[in-house]
Amino acid sequence: MTEPILSVRNLQVEFASRRGTLRAIDGVSFDIAKGEVLGVVGESGAGKSVTGLAVIGLIDPPGRIAGGEVRLAGLRIDNLPPEEMRRIRGKRIGMIFQDPLTSLNPLYRVGDQIIETIRTHLNLSETAARRRAIDLLAEVGIPAPEKRIDGYPHEFSGGMRQRVVIALAICAEPELIIADEPTTALDVSVQAQIISLIKRLGRDHGTAVMLVTHDMGVIAETSDRVAVMYAGRVAEIGPVQDVVRNPLHPYAKGLMGAIPTLAGDDKRLMQIPGSMPRLSAIPRGCSFNPRCAFAFDRCRVDRPEPLPRGAQSVACHLYDSVPAESAA
Amino acid sequence: MLAFTLRRAVQAIGVMFAVGIIAFSMFRFAGDPVNQIVSIDTSAAEREAVRKSLGLDDPVPVQFVRYFADAAQFKFGVSYQFRQPVSTLLMERMPATLELAICATVFAMVFGILMGVYSALRRDTVLAKLFQAVSLIGISLPTFLIGILLIYLFAVTLGWLPSFGRGEVVKLGWWSTGLLTLSGLKALIMPSITLGLFQMTLIMRLVRAEMLEVLRTDYIRFARARGLTTRAIHFGHALKNTLIPVITVAGLQFGSVIAFSIITETVFQWPGMGLLFVQAVQNVDIPIMAAYLLMVSLIFVTINLVVDILYTVVDPRLRATVGRAT
Repeated sequence: MTEPILSVRNLQVEFASRRGTLRAIDGVSFDIAKGEVLGVVGESGAGKSVTGLAVIGLIDPPGRIAGGEVRLAGLRIDNLPPEEMRRIRGKRIGMIFQDPLTSLNPLYRVGDQIIETIRTHLNLSETAARRRAIDLLAEVGIPAPEKRIDGYPHEFSGGMRQRVVIALAICAEPELIIADEPTTALDVSVQAQIISLIKRLGRDHGTAVMLVTHDMGVIAETSDRVAVMYAGRVAEIGPVQDVVRNPLHPYAKGLMGAIPTLAGDDKRLMQIPGSMPRLSAIPRGCSFNPRCAFAFDRCRVDRPEPLPRGAQSVACHLYDSVPAESAA
Repeated sequence: MLAFTLRRAVQAIGVMFAVGIIAFSMFRFAGDPVNQIVSIDTSAAEREAVRKSLGLDDPVPVQFVRYFADAAQFKFGVSYQFRQPVSTLLMERMPATLELAICATVFAMVFGILMGVYSALRRDTVLAKLFQAVSLIGISLPTFLIGILLIYLFAVTLGWLPSFGRGEVVKLGWWSTGLLTLSGLKALIMPSITLGLFQMTLIMRLVRAEMLEVLRTDYIRFARARGLTTRAIHFGHALKNTLIPVITVAGLQFGSVIAFSIITETVFQWPGMGLLFVQAVQNVDIPIMAAYLLMVSLIFVTINLVVDILYTVVDPRLRATVGRAT
């Protein structure tokens, strides 16, 4: 098997707060292969965005990466000096944020922002960078790019701005794009366009994509594999078809059960009782146990580790081949 | 854009008209001007002659229209104490005040922005905390006290700088400048610091707060995610966004710098308009007071106008709204 573009192992991210250290990410591991789209899904506060920020090295104090490692095509990047990490950001890892309306500097023309980014990472002249910027704008589907390049961000609509943001993220041909809820702030009709754009770019350039979202529909449409996160851990990870059709983890089951279908069955949607624990009060054992219908004694004591289950991997004691004494 | 500028200019004229009414009414409420001009033993007939020659026997509206028409041509009458046209006196004094105000503002802007940016970017250093402490002093100490302390230290104790006056000045046409001689420059240092210190601390605190605010925005985070250099992010992206409110405050403060130069000019015996005004107040020299009021208002109104126009130059979003609104 070829080496994955991104390999995250046992990542831990902590935030120092007045009431002690909060662990936002606790032992997250996953790989993304070349050209693969990994969807990362979970409720707000599950640690999806923090994982993305940790990979690109933008965790700001009081937060810090407390353990584990992040490798980009084999190179360990979680402990690089800031200046070397800066060279990787934008060049080898591109990032797209949630809100296109606030992602662009309002005082500079979009062209200037693209040219600036290109020239930071690639050794190109002003004219060559401008030509490349126009090509990029055309590639992300902005009409009349040679005119629009001199426009200011406020002259673009939300969807168009997100296209500009995507052009900025891919302007140095990165190997990995981290898209943090790229469609959440957009109209539904525009969402589909942006999703297919990200998908097409990933396919055309062989770029690996980490797509963070809480929209299962987006994941099902775009991703090759999906990681379900809960309270700073990966509950389940596997091929998107398997996880959507046959979720293993009780939490993943709950999530899939909460998706309305168009098939017309008028069953009530399933809902997961309770809400995700706060970081300061994560329960012992499995963090999902207070909300889990299948919880047994071991879940309240032992933290489940990821177990391979076919192509999927699930962190749940229900699938432990060694039967728990108390469950028997 | 042109329509916007024109509309603002019309508003400015309206403001000046209102100030003109106030300036004019000063003459009516500060006693009979004839008494200020003539001596005690002047006969009633002579008083009437003076009154007539000054046009003070005309109806009030006529006098107001005449005053306003004259003022629009920078004719403010004759000073009671100097027996010279007020406009001549003001013109003589204006270069001194403007040079002082400009130096003070440049000093305030340069140091205020530098210190503000530094204390925003290196928030936890000792120097940044020192700046914060110094800025508290600058904001709370009264101007005249700072001036006197500076004089005591640098003029009396160390003897490095002159304690009063403008030093040697050079005439460039009607403009007299102290910027071209060494003694003129030395004389400018302490008054500029005294006058600019308050604005400097104000700008520093504003820049610091704005910069911290801007550094938290999404587009700065996105700029970092694009791998731009720290320098490009701080000084290209963050500082430009910080400067919009700074332009407003610094611009509006320039008006108060000129107005507050009264105190600094008194402390340093600086031969500017402020000193002239203080002398005028002491001698109830109403033409000078009224003219000073009009001049300062004109400067304020002009600055406001310029700041409004500058805004649209810096911020493209305003350009669009202004264009759409007109």
